[in-house]
Amino acid sequence: MTREDIIKPENLVYKRTPVLTDATMHYCPGCGHGVVHRIIAEVIEEMGIQDNVIGISPVGCSVLAYNYFDIDFVEAAHGRAPACASAIKRLRPDTFVFSYQGDGDLASIGCGEVMHACNRGENITMIFINNGIYGMTGGQMAPTTLEGMETVTSPYGRDPKIMGHTMRITEALAQLPGTYYVTRQAVYTPALARKCKKAIRMAFENQKLNKGVSFVEVTSNCNSGWKMTPVQANKWMEENTLKYFPLGDMKVDGKFDPKFIERVATFDQPNETIFSLRKK
Amino acid sequence: MAKELKLMKGNEAIAEAAIRCGADGYFGYPITPQSEVLEHLMAERPYLTTGMVVLQAESELASINMVYAGAAAGKRVMTSSSSPGFSLMQEGLSYIAGAELPALCVNVVRGGPGLGTIQPSQSDYFQTTKGGGHGDYRLITLAPASVQEMYDFVELGFDLAFKYRNPVAILSDGVIGQVMEKIMIDDYKPRWTDEYIEKNCPWAATGHRSTGKHRIVTSLELEALKQEAINNRIQAKYRECEKNDTRYEAIQCDDAEYLFVAYGSAARICMKAVELARAEGIKVGLVRPITLWPFPTQAIKEIGGRMKKIMSVEMNAGQMIEDVKLAVEGKVPVEHYGRYGGVIPTPVEIFEALKKMVK
Amino acid sequence: MAFKGALVIDTEKCKGCGVCITGCPNQCIGLSKKVNAKGYNYLEMTAEDKCIGCASCAVICPDGVIEVYRAKE
Repeated sequence: MTREDIIKPENLVYKRTPVLTDATMHYCPGCGHGVVHRIIAEVIEEMGIQDNVIGISPVGCSVLAYNYFDIDFVEAAHGRAPACASAIKRLRPDTFVFSYQGDGDLASIGCGEVMHACNRGENITMIFINNGIYGMTGGQMAPTTLEGMETVTSPYGRDPKIMGHTMRITEALAQLPGTYYVTRQAVYTPALARKCKKAIRMAFENQKLNKGVSFVEVTSNCNSGWKMTPVQANKWMEENTLKYFPLGDMKVDGKFDPKFIERVATFDQPNETIFSLRKK
Repeated sequence: MAKELKLMKGNEAIAEAAIRCGADGYFGYPITPQSEVLEHLMAERPYLTTGMVVLQAESELASINMVYAGAAAGKRVMTSSSSPGFSLMQEGLSYIAGAELPALCVNVVRGGPGLGTIQPSQSDYFQTTKGGGHGDYRLITLAPASVQEMYDFVELGFDLAFKYRNPVAILSDGVIGQVMEKIMIDDYKPRWTDEYIEKNCPWAATGHRSTGKHRIVTSLELEALKQEAINNRIQAKYRECEKNDTRYEAIQCDDAEYLFVAYGSAARICMKAVELARAEGIKVGLVRPITLWPFPTQAIKEIGGRMKKIMSVEMNAGQMIEDVKLAVEGKVPVEHYGRYGGVIPTPVEIFEALKKMVK
Repeated sequence: MAFKGALVIDTEKCKGCGVCITGCPNQCIGLSKKVNAKGYNYLEMTAEDKCIGCASCAVICPDGVIEVYRAKE
């Protein structure tokens, strides 16, 4: 069977979704943003909601996300996407609304807005890309930067005594009564990407239930900021980031996952893996 | 039922007008002396009647960004605050102006700087009319001098905001916000339908790609030449606004030899000072700018040009006087009389200051 | 039942990150020695006969440049 025999419409199994525009994304090669954009667009296509959805883009690497989706989009001020999404959902309750933010936007400057949107139980979907660094501005420390990790504003490694601790904001949000679904996913292997898509699908489907925030963190890479190749960055993330930010559901259908409760009980203990990142 | 007579606080009039003119949403945060706006809305519960959304946000930052997004979705939305809270909103106002969105923001001014005082002041004139946030933009600024105008300027503010796709400020102060007066209120007007918004606001990100093309609301443009073109478009709107929507009131100016220029509650006090002065034979008139931006430069140039002297009366240390001086281009001496830090001048002390100027 | 797959790669949009290569279960893709207009060594099939059309490469491609076809052998 030749290549030409195989490439026929009836044999098509995977095609770029039309919910994405033709624009080439400006992201660095191998960046997780592109995968998550594609997954969101596929979910929108599969749910048939392309003509009834509004996205909110942040300030950060994904500031131009609106150029890549063929749906209505509003670009928020730095950190304020959850406030924007709250207002739009309340004013247009029949429309699907999602916010898309990075860790600097959501966990640092926008910490207040995300907390309160989650606490109010806004009926929205929040996508949170956590790569532990400020990518767009050139690799500065974020609240989610691992202890000991080198960035341009923590060039000798993040010292929690001076620079604060690595922030598990998703774990904090899971504890607010307004969140209905909280999960941490990743997209660096085919299996994880497929799982992440299921999670994002559920986070959108939940808006039909009117039960509160559906929050999907995607732990991702920043090969430029981390100064690694894309493949090295994914490996580094698996070996380091995911020790401190383990994947899995924290809250499903408004109920804590038992493993999450077990894990929270260990939060007062030092994380050896993280300490090993520190330079002597 | 047409008009109805009511006794109301200025702040309550803002809230009542919002409900009755068919506003879609209010997002605000408590701060003295304007908290009655949110309180009145929460007591009236328009979300059960007209469907207007009312939300107490976690901060003024959240409030103004909720307004930004609501406007982006084609809705008639507003917020209110007082000076320190309005300072927090400046970034958001710049974004609203930059994304060319219509929105209404009420500032019931209190004395500053800093936490200042909760007493009335007009010390936010510069911040409001000169662009408190970053970038080349203007706030269309309405200055009510009565509770009736607080009421009327809400609908007018929305109309101007949508006409120019630009934020509109109602620059009030603690006097007008807190005083109770009899006002005429209108019957309820329906909120805009989705069909109306799709037809009249093709720029809005409503979620429905009715034009077949996705709508993007943003204030970002990385290419300098394109950003300059956006600025040119915005500036052209401002020139149109100056031409068509500059408002003022001239009181007893025809035979006047001296002129007060004052807005808002200072103008109310000046009206009494005009009476006192005329009773003693001093021919003084009053120009009351109703829009502080666009400023009635031409009117003050013409009317003020006939005067011997002009006094800019403000509840601040001298802010609007700069615009008055620019209007008369140095041809007429302009003096300032002001009390500030929350102190309200009396008609008698303004009259005394006028007498000193006349001498 | 065996399947046989084929990829259509938008080589001009490929940024050559190589993440898809780590996701391929049959090691049938690799980066070309040639570069596209942007200067990236783009993705190409290195062992066409081994592709089973599983789409593992496509679902982790950040730029959505891979189209996947699968036929029964």
